[in-house]
This record gives sequence, C-alpha cells and structure tokens, in this order.
Amino acid sequence: MTDTIFAVATAFGKAGVAIIRISGPQAPDIIEKLSGFVPEPRISRLVTLRGSDELILDQALVLFFREGASFTGEDVVELHVHGSIAVVRAVLAEIEKTGLAREAKPGEFTRRALMNDRLDLTQVQGLADVIEAETEMQRQHAMRVLGGELSERVARWRASLVRAIALIEATIDFADEEVPSNVWPEVDQLLADLSTDLMAEAQGTRAARRLHSGFEVAFVGRPNVGKSTLLNTLSRSDAAIVSDQPGTTRDVVEVRLDLGGIPVTLLDMAGLRQTVDKIEEIGVRRAVERANTADLRIFLHDDGKSDFPGVSAQPGDLVVRTKIDLLEDEQNGISAKNGVGVDGLVSDIRTELEQRVSKATLASTDREATAIQDALERLHIIRKMRGGDDELIVAELQQAARALGQLIGAVDVENVLDEVFKSFCLGK
Amino acid sequence: MKQSDFDVIVIGGGHAGCEAAHASARMGSSVALVTMKATDLGVMSCNPAIGGLGKGHLVREIDALDGVMGRVADRSGIQFRLLNRRKGPAVQGPRAQADRELYAKAMVAEFDRQENIRVLLGEVVGLELEGDSRVIGVVLRDGSVVRARATILTSGTFLGGMIHIGHQRIPAGRMGDDASNVLADQVRELVPRIGRLKTGTPPRLLKSTIEWSAVQHQPGDDKPTLFSFLNSKPLVEQISCGITHTNLTTHDVIRRNLDRSAMYGGQIDGVGPRYCPSIEDKVIRFAEKSSHQIFLEPEGLNSPLIYPNGISTSLPADVQEEYVRTIRGLENVTIAQPGYAIEYDFADPKGLQRTLQLPNLDGLFLAGQINGTTGYEEAAAQGLVAGLNASLSVTGNAPYVFDRSQSYIGVMIDDLTTRGVSEPYRMFTSRAEYRLSLRADNADQRLTPVGVSLGLVKDDRQYAFGKKINELERIGRLMRERPAGQYVRSDDVVVQSTRSAHDLLRNADVDLEAVLDGFEDAERPDIADLRQVANDALYAVYIERQAQEVAALRRDEGVRIPADMDFRMLNSISFEIREKLSTIRPESIGQASRIEGMTPAALVSLLGAVRRRGRDVA
Repeated sequence: MTDTIFAVATAFGKAGVAIIRISGPQAPDIIEKLSGFVPEPRISRLVTLRGSDELILDQALVLFFREGASFTGEDVVELHVHGSIAVVRAVLAEIEKTGLAREAKPGEFTRRALMNDRLDLTQVQGLADVIEAETEMQRQHAMRVLGGELSERVARWRASLVRAIALIEATIDFADEEVPSNVWPEVDQLLADLSTDLMAEAQGTRAARRLHSGFEVAFVGRPNVGKSTLLNTLSRSDAAIVSDQPGTTRDVVEVRLDLGGIPVTLLDMAGLRQTVDKIEEIGVRRAVERANTADLRIFLHDDGKSDFPGVSAQPGDLVVRTKIDLLEDEQNGISAKNGVGVDGLVSDIRTELEQRVSKATLASTDREATAIQDALERLHIIRKMRGGDDELIVAELQQAARALGQLIGAVDVENVLDEVFKSFCLGK
Repeated sequence: MKQSDFDVIVIGGGHAGCEAAHASARMGSSVALVTMKATDLGVMSCNPAIGGLGKGHLVREIDALDGVMGRVADRSGIQFRLLNRRKGPAVQGPRAQADRELYAKAMVAEFDRQENIRVLLGEVVGLELEGDSRVIGVVLRDGSVVRARATILTSGTFLGGMIHIGHQRIPAGRMGDDASNVLADQVRELVPRIGRLKTGTPPRLLKSTIEWSAVQHQPGDDKPTLFSFLNSKPLVEQISCGITHTNLTTHDVIRRNLDRSAMYGGQIDGVGPRYCPSIEDKVIRFAEKSSHQIFLEPEGLNSPLIYPNGISTSLPADVQEEYVRTIRGLENVTIAQPGYAIEYDFADPKGLQRTLQLPNLDGLFLAGQINGTTGYEEAAAQGLVAGLNASLSVTGNAPYVFDRSQSYIGVMIDDLTTRGVSEPYRMFTSRAEYRLSLRADNADQRLTPVGVSLGLVKDDRQYAFGKKINELERIGRLMRERPAGQYVRSDDVVVQSTRSAHDLLRNADVDLEAVLDGFEDAERPDIADLRQVANDALYAVYIERQAQEVAALRRDEGVRIPADMDFRMLNSISFEIREKLSTIRPESIGQASRIEGMTPAALVSLLGAVRRRGRDVA
C-alpha cells in the first residue's frame, strides 16, 4: 500500500483561492477528520474545516475524486481554501497533524500520475521544468528560512550523523579486524550534542524569528538619504504592526507590516546612520549581510547614485529616489516627509512579494520544522534503544538522516564508508 | 581446426568460472570451461578463507540457489567462526578458514558430480566474433575454435596481469601462472571502459619456522556454523589460527624502505582503495598506531605454509624478510614465497546489463574480478548470475534480475551496474538498505523458491527445503495457538504482555532452550528450526515498516525502460544526466532513480518518455 501525500497545488488564484491536494489511500480519512464527512465524488461541497482543537480553519470548497478517476489515479481530495498565508499554513499543519499523510516531494504527484498512466504526455515536458524549479526553490528556501548562517550548523549535523553511523557500522562490518570494541561513548556524545542543537533550532530563536517575520525588505542607502524618516512614516501607517518586542539587534531597526496578508519586516540599517568613516566595522558588515540575505532590497538615493558597496542588487529589487519634495520637476520617487509616493512604494513592494509567495514558500517553514521534529523523535527512540541491537539502532539513525535530508543532503553508504576507512586502519 | 558446439563457454576456472559453469549446467545447458591448468579449479589466489560479513551472506545465497561454494567450503573448512555472534542475526556472518588442497579437491569432486560440464585445457587467445556485434565462441592457442551460444569471461586478475615485488615486474595472472595478454588486447577494444586495479598479497611463511608458543591462539567456534543449508557438522579436522602483531621496529623497517615498494615507488598505475590494502598503507596512513594485528592462517591440515593475514606487501623480498623477522613469534621465520602486488585490467561494470551481459555485444557475459570486485565470494555470486542468465538466453527465456530488496546478490549487481567501480568493490552488510530482511539465516527462504522455479535448484535441495518450510510453519502454528505460559514460568513479567507463545519469540532475550522444554516430546522441534522461527519473529516489525519502501522499489523496478531507448533525444533532461543515462543504460525506472545525480524532474521526464514509447508501440 502506498503512502498518502499532500501539497499546495497552486498558491493564489484570481479570487484569492489556494488549492491543497491530497492523494493516496488515506485521503478520504483525512477530509473526514477535517470536516466530519467525505463528500461524494466529483461534486464540490462547501465545508467547514476544523482543526483538532475544534476551532474553524476555513470555509472551503472540497472535491473528492475516486481512485481510477483522478489526477494521480489514486483517491484524491482537493481543498480550495481562502488564499491567505495564515489559512493555508494552518490547514497544512492540520493535515500533517493527522499523521495520515506526509508532504509530497517535488514531482511526486506527477510521478504517481505517470506511474498510473493518467497523464497527458504532452504536458510532461512543462511539468518537468516546474519540478526542477520547485526543487531548487525548496532547497534555497530551506536554507533561507533557517537563517543563512545556519549552513555551518547544518554541515555539523550531517557530519555528526555520518560519524555516528560510521562508528557503529565499523563495529558491525569489521568485527574481525581491529576496531574499537566500544564506540558508544563517542556515539552517545555525538547524538546528545545533535539533539541539543536540533532542539535549540526547533524551539528556535532564529527559526521563529524568520517564521514570524515573513519577508524581509531592506532599505539600503547612504546616511541621510531618508531611510529613517521613511521608516517612521511607514511605522505610523495602517499597515504597521505594533510590536511590544524591541528590535533584535542594535544595528538593524525593524518595522513590521501586513501587506494584504503577507507579513513583511522592513529593515533599516542603523549602523549606516553615521558617516562612513566613523562606522564600527562589525555593525556595517552585519547590516550589509542582512541586506544581502533579505528577500528584497530597496535602494534609496537622492542624487542619482543608488548603488551601495557590498550590497548587490538582485532581480526584483527597487530603486527609489527620495526627497522629491526638494525638487521642482522630479516626478518619480517619494517624499517621506510629505507622503508623496509612499503608498505607491508599498503597493510595488506588495506586488513584487505576492509573486514570490509560491507553493514552495507557503509550506516550507513547516517543512523544516517537521523535519527537525522527526529527527528529534528518532534520536529519542534511539536513546531508549541503547543497549539493544546495533543494526536496529543504525536503522533508526538512517531514518533520522533521511528526515533531515532536505537540509543535510542524502547520506549514502559511500559517505559512511569514507568515514569508516578514514578513521580506522582496515584491510587485510 | 576442431570445432565443437556448446551452449555456454566459461573462460577461466576461478570462483566466478566454477559457479558460472555449474549454474549453467544445472539449468540443463551444455557447458565447456576453458582453463590453462587443470589444477586451476577452485584455487584460492590469496587468503585461504571463505565468508565473513557481507561475504558470508553471499555464500549462503549462492548455496540457497544450489551453487557450489558453500558445499565446497564446508568440505574443506578447518576453522569455523560465526562473526558477530553476540550481535543480532541480521549482522551475523559465517566465516571459515579452508584447507587449500581440500577446497580444490572438493571443487573437482563437484565437477565430477555435475553433468554437462567439460573442462577444456587451453589458453583462450581471442573471442570469435560474428560481424562485430555477436560473440560466438573462443579461439584457443592451438588454433582451435570452440563455438558456443553464450560466452562468459571470468578471467579474474589475468587480463594484462602484472606482478610487482619491489622493482621486479613479472607478467602473470597469479604467482606461477601466465597472464592473459593476447585476449586482454582484444577485450580492451571490445569493452567500453577498461581501467587498472591493484591488489596485494602477503608473504607465505613456513609453519615449522614459527615460534607458536609466542603467539596467541584463536580456535574456531565450539558449535561451528556451516555455510550450506544442507550441512550441519564440519567434515574435517578443526584447527586454531595464530594471532600476532607488528611493532615499532617493524614499522621502522618498512618506512626506511618505502621507496622500494612498488605501490609507493610509482610503478603501479592501478587505483588503490580507501581501505589499507598493504602493510605499507597501514604504517603510513595510521602512523600513530604502534602495532597492527596479523592472523596466522594455516593453508591446510597438511600444508607447510602459513598465510599471515594483515601484511600484504609489494616491498622487495629482502625487505620482507627483514621486517617479518621483527614480528613476535616470527623471528626465525623462513619466507616460502614473497608477497607481491598485482595490477590488472578490469572492465567498469557501469553499463553492463543486470544479467552481466555486455549491452552492445550479444553473447558475452562478464563475471568476477574482471568487473572490479575483490573477493572469492563476490566473484562466485556474479558467476552464478552470469551462468544462470547465459542459460536463460540460450533457451530463449526471459532473463532473471536479482533485486536489492531480495538479496545481497541483487545489491551487488545493482551497485556495480548503476554506480560502477572506482576501487575494488567489496561487499559489506552496510551496503544493504534492507539488511534486516537479507539475513544469512533466511537466504534459503528468500532464494530457494526462486531457484526452484527457474530450474536452478536440484531435487535433493528442493526436497530438503520443502521439509524445512513445512517444519517452520508447523512450529509457527503451534506457537501461535498456545499461550505463552506453556513455555515460560507464568509469573514471568513477559507473559502478561503477550498473547501467544509466538509473541515470546519477538523478544531478543528469550531463552530458546527453555522454550524447547515446553514442547511435548513428540512435537519438539530442532533448536535450529526454532531459532529460525524466532529470528523471523524478531525482525517482523522492522520488515513491516520497510514493506512500503520495498513495495515502492518493486513498483519502480517494474517499469522497464526499452533496451533501445535513445537517452540523448530527451531534450528536457540536462546534458550531464543524459550522458549518465547513456553510459549506464538503466533497465528500469527504479535503477534510473539510483543513478548518482538523478533529479526528480529528470526522472519524471524519463518516465514520461517511457510511457510515450509504450503508447506508440501499443
């Protein structure tokens, strides 16, 4: 029996509707859990989706397709929910919570449709391109959501898992050669450290911040170009979210906005408030880093020179002239002081970001959290299995590695053998 | 020019060749095995031992399919040890030291017993081709051509074989045997990717010159575990091995003379493995280790020779003598034969079909060390695969492909043909993702039925297996019907949480002797059979968990890619991946998915193309 998968099929449609698709034998059970019943095939019904806490998630249109007469050839349930990020994420989380399905990997629906011979083959080419793009976006987003500086920690997680597996495998496969009789002290340490790290991530200072702040938009510009004034204006606007938590660092001032359901954090780099000569280097560097890893940069200038050393413009970034109130005939740009053009700027930002709220980004924050949670569960199970059979423990470790696969990459037996032969003098 | 007709010709009488010849013969094909010397049959080129972890599993699987290695090893085993005895059954591996002479004798006896095999003495100097796309036989040095409908090349280390001792170079396939150079030239032209590999062997020592009181002794197991499912007790005298160690003085001698080592002196081009194939490697790469273990393995009950496992080397003979004599117990040893390194041609198996047939050349199979593996067991398993499929091709039947979820044989074939080889490939249990299912103890349950349906398994084994399965079912049934209390003390905590006696068996600590006592005399099973039922119960949960994955694997394996698929035409797939597909020529979507660097998008494109082909044909 195959497992059941789910994913966002389309991000936001014209009427602000997002479609979530569930395919597999448990699909009917899932919709029953969420709505209380299974609709008849091919008849769209308006249902109330509720979470396990009985609170309403959404009023959604639901379609059920029977095995043999669906997109993938399996039982398929489609949920047409309201296109707000909060709603979509909440529904995905509830489906995950049922434990009856897992998130689909890129291309899985298409693959199942092909395996069951359900696909119009002329579409396959285009679909393959989409899958390629999705895979890449997911990968990038995984790294981004957890913070750019995390790649070092992720590399450590991988190294720990590979080494732990290698140590145990060495005592299994080379029992007739000179391997240490007891590798468990080191394995225990590796796994304990890994658990601690993962737990920190899950409880997540960094992860949580990113999770809640949504998109980061950085204002880049030389001192006195009007960044602070602009930020102040925006912080007093209707879109602002007043937070009782102070900004996270001294070097970057943040203002939170809700742009049509898309949470946005505006970054001003305080470190650049002074003249360039007197700036504390670390502050500048961190601010520049933050600008580069932000989702969007707005280059502000008042003299035609919009570039800023160290910060590269990326596709989608905006260049805006400020202080047009000081000019007589300049039409394009903004004046933070008198508000001209500010609404237009906000609208431009929103349009740009809306394009980016793809299927990949919607679920991804939950994806990483789920992966880390899965891995932690495995490590917990392993702790209880200690003293038991080595090969069973290795099987769990491999599952843990698989759970973190999107972040740490695939762990192959060759990677393990590399580690084994590097560490132990083996060979007769 | 004499011409004979055989169904199958096997070139080479090593472990792959013997297994191949026997497999084809059991299938009913007429087989000719061509070898340079009659004494070649069943020769162990270096280590006089069979089995181990991963390797032992392969031997069991070969035996389950009625192959010869297990039986021959049992008949010549002089020290049996079950490795990882204290770990779970899934990672226990049977191993045995073998008497060289007895092994060869037992192998010859197998040949005598098996119908349909003719051993031809001669050197194969070329393959006889029809046009440029079909191999129809072999050409011998005396000019005669022997024709066959399928040819299996199992030349081991003989193709372009070159022995190195220090700066000395001797063209040879093995010490004392000529290399196969004429054939090598032709093979280099016919086979797509030829590389060089190297392997080493230690000096052979005279047993009588060793101070045995100065070394440790390692006896075999009290209750030896044999290889063949049909055997239960050793058939010859059992002995102990010796254990000693190198020391800092030994290492000093080696370091001082490193530039005289063939491997470090730059004479060999062959790729070395990640592990340490020689004592030189060990001393250099793990300089902080002050000693390395050496197993002193007797080559036979009546043999004057000892094989010191752990000091393979390609240093000159005089240096070997010097460093060997620094070792405890070996201070006055005489070296009967110096150790040496051998480099040889191998064919990168990437792109071979999973029947081990060459894709662009009909009628030619490659098996054994020529495909880049190391070890008798790895070679033998390939021989069986090639022999089986050669026969199937001759009778016009569909080929048989072993798969990863069913056998180590499947794991190896898939690894070789999908990933190729960059260092000598050795089997480990960690290579099997379904290790918990692929146990040495259940090889017969996994493979004998397959063998029976293919015609590979002979009557006496089929009968014995049938009996065993009936017995296992009887035990299982009885234990499911009875309450646990019948077999253990009723105040035992375990009893409360179990439903039937069978559930007791899921516990790794269950006392099987006690359970045996709980049976009535008339129904009491053999402890070996009870243990088998217990093993199956122990892992049942894990196997259940993997069942979905296995089902997905088998589904993907079931989607065949047409043999003439032109991968280069798949424009939506990147050039790099297309190249890999063209080189490896995967036979199924499953195999394609395991290609290094394969992406989900490319797989979908490929699957689409396969479906499209299917519709065009239909």
